[in-house]
Amino acid sequence: MDEFFKPSRRSFLSGTAAIAAGSVAGAASAQQADPLITQLQDWASYAGAGVDETPYGLPIRFENDVIRRNVAWLTASPISSINFTPIHALDGTITPQGCAFERHHSGAIELSKDDYRLMINGLVDKPLVFSYSDLERLPRENHVYFCECAANTGMEWAGAQLNGAQFTHGMIHNMEYTGVPLRTLLREAGLDAAGDLADKWVFVEGADASSNGRSIPMEKALDDVLVAFKANGEALRMEHGYPVRLVVPGWEGNMWVKWLRRIEVTDMAVGSREETSKYTDVYEDGVARKWTWVMDAKSVITSPSPQMPITHGAGPLVISGLAWSGHGQITRVDVSKDGGITWETARLGKQGDTKALTRFYLDTDWTGDPMLLQSRAIDETGYVQPTKDQLREVRGENAVYHNNCIQTWFVNEEGIAENVEVS
Amino acid sequence: MSKSPNLLIPAISGTVLIFGLAYGISSREYGAVTIETLESRVAQVETQAARSSASAQEGAAEVARLQSELENLLQTATTRSNLTAPAPVIEDTYRLGRVALAEELAAWDVDVLPDGRGLPEGRGDVLTGEEVYVDKCASCHGDFAEGVGNWPVLAGGFDTLANEDPVKTVGSYWPHLSTAWDYINRSMPFGEAGTLTPDETYAIVAYLMYSNDMVDDDFELSHENFTEVEMYNSDGFVVDDRPELEYAQWRTEPCMTNCKTTVEITTRAAFVDVTPDGGGASVMNDAAVGDSPVFAASADATDDSAADSGASAVDPVLIAAGEGAFRQCKTCHEVGEGASNRTGPALNGMIGRTIGSVDGFRYSNVFQEASAAGTLWTEESMAAFLADPRGTMAGTKMAFRGVSDEADIAALIAYIQSFDE
Repeated sequence: MDEFFKPSRRSFLSGTAAIAAGSVAGAASAQQADPLITQLQDWASYAGAGVDETPYGLPIRFENDVIRRNVAWLTASPISSINFTPIHALDGTITPQGCAFERHHSGAIELSKDDYRLMINGLVDKPLVFSYSDLERLPRENHVYFCECAANTGMEWAGAQLNGAQFTHGMIHNMEYTGVPLRTLLREAGLDAAGDLADKWVFVEGADASSNGRSIPMEKALDDVLVAFKANGEALRMEHGYPVRLVVPGWEGNMWVKWLRRIEVTDMAVGSREETSKYTDVYEDGVARKWTWVMDAKSVITSPSPQMPITHGAGPLVISGLAWSGHGQITRVDVSKDGGITWETARLGKQGDTKALTRFYLDTDWTGDPMLLQSRAIDETGYVQPTKDQLREVRGENAVYHNNCIQTWFVNEEGIAENVEVS
Repeated sequence: MSKSPNLLIPAISGTVLIFGLAYGISSREYGAVTIETLESRVAQVETQAARSSASAQEGAAEVARLQSELENLLQTATTRSNLTAPAPVIEDTYRLGRVALAEELAAWDVDVLPDGRGLPEGRGDVLTGEEVYVDKCASCHGDFAEGVGNWPVLAGGFDTLANEDPVKTVGSYWPHLSTAWDYINRSMPFGEAGTLTPDETYAIVAYLMYSNDMVDDDFELSHENFTEVEMYNSDGFVVDDRPELEYAQWRTEPCMTNCKTTVEITTRAAFVDVTPDGGGASVMNDAAVGDSPVFAASADATDDSAADSGASAVDPVLIAAGEGAFRQCKTCHEVGEGASNRTGPALNGMIGRTIGSVDGFRYSNVFQEASAAGTLWTEESMAAFLADPRGTMAGTKMAFRGVSDEADIAALIAYIQSFDE
């Protein structure tokens, strides 16, 4: 018989844990002097890199696994595909552009500022064409917003699938945008020709080969939509729509049209491929929901998580995660360590901006016992993030998009975390 | 915008004033002056309200509203020297941008609306469409619009929308024919977008209609008959009803303690094993497929014994996969209703029972030893045994090389576990 058949499997496991805990305790009361302290190290003796070594800096090589990753089996080709932000390895709320997820329908294109044109037409007083430099002459604003793909967590409808917060929740990023309110541009073209604005739309379209187009109701267009050209202080990256993208706060990422080239005022929704064939939600009875634009309140624990196991053994542990809502601010996040039996209210890193990521922390003392970690976001409307069962009860299991369920990570005695679904 | 408080005061209207005020105040001293002005304004409103006895109630409510508004403003003025403001809205325009020319509009404004507006003149029949389609579309979408690899299926799928995996095609799902014309015209063929002529697009759409049994092979689609087409699923969409179905129910104070009596793990990503490698020091794909504790409301920790008795439920998809994998076991084993011992023992209720304990079956020595020691079948031990029967239980009579695929092992265990004693 091999070890699996010995009745003392559990004592074997706890023995390992005890050894690990012992080594941690040993480090806390070192018997031998640490050579990293007592011996002269190269970096403390030799000169380092000069100032121009990297004119545009990248993260130090020790962080080279903090990168976007793709799930190849999800899509037919990387040209029309998506990858995932390494949210498990980030902290705070701002997503660096270089690791913010990408979603392309016909690949990322190179479009220079000089070649950029933005047309506004349709039911406007005079159709206009703007150059990039025109946009820079209009009053602009700064706002931090999250951008979440409607399909984020979509693979999890059928049960726990992908093992990592990056893969279950990484179709999201959060940046500080600089841009011109869309209403300013619409006023330049004039909306008198549109008459009553209550039933009017704007159709927004990209300059890439997919010319991804979506219809946005005029009320939203005149509210908080931005025509953005900077993110986190610098130019947008090619993969995020350089030089100009649309920012549609709180609404599904597909509407944040990249390489924005045209805004058309219409009297009906265009019914484009991306708002009929895709980004609609089929419920159990076969009836589909359209115009499901808002991303509801959602949260996820980013550490511990499958890619971020607990490696320090029992003792002080920071449980950390992200929460967000397309309806406004996050007002509260609760964390459960026992799969939803008991909940503790977490500490918010700082009061989150509206429709932006909020960081939360639960500073705890881990006993070393297994945990079923969950987080639950509550937004300013009082909406409480639902369980997967609550969602299934209303929608069935045919849906693809808008899965904002409570996520569970199972953390075992060794600190290894796994994506699970619980009763 | 003027910085004069005299211009700001008459504009008491919520946020406009808040922003205007914030914009106007550039120092504490300046704020104090404004506070005085606002306070005198409060007094004015109060006096005014007191005098108007005829509309006393209405006036009082208005005073309260204004007072609260002014209090907010005072707080803003005293606690922050806040100069943030949204981009200004002016009466005039900035006179930026130039007028778009007709030929520029014609080049870019090509989207087609559900009622057919935007369609250019043109026509194309099914047979022409088949030729164009085979030449330009079939490499991804298949000769019969059935889809190649992960590329979209364009035909069929009728009456599947209420199924577990709805097949959403142009025929079964798309509510407007205009969507197909518009998308093909603007975005297809993949890698050669914008190269189709209107006639070619009409022909391809006609062929897709034929592939979806919407028309016969002599059909011709044109700008003239386009809007006569009726789509199968045109009534299959309703506007977002989450506000009624979900928000109304889920905007309640949530439970904090004793919210459930027990919690069990029902599905595990480690079983499915579809996660790509990566994540640095991650051990995510090595997560043990072992003990699943049950969390209970009474105890503060966990009940590990429940895991060893195999109490956790499993994914039906996994069970279905296990049924397939069990074909290689069926020669010797039965499981399920009415299962009996054959060449090997019946497997009902296997996880959690003592090894070698099925009545009436003659076990090998190694199994009899395990039985005498009272060792139980667990998911772990069963996984090890399935992977290498003769390695783990030397002397077993089971003449089987073992299962090499870990996913198959997990599926087999789930399948066997789904049958009680």
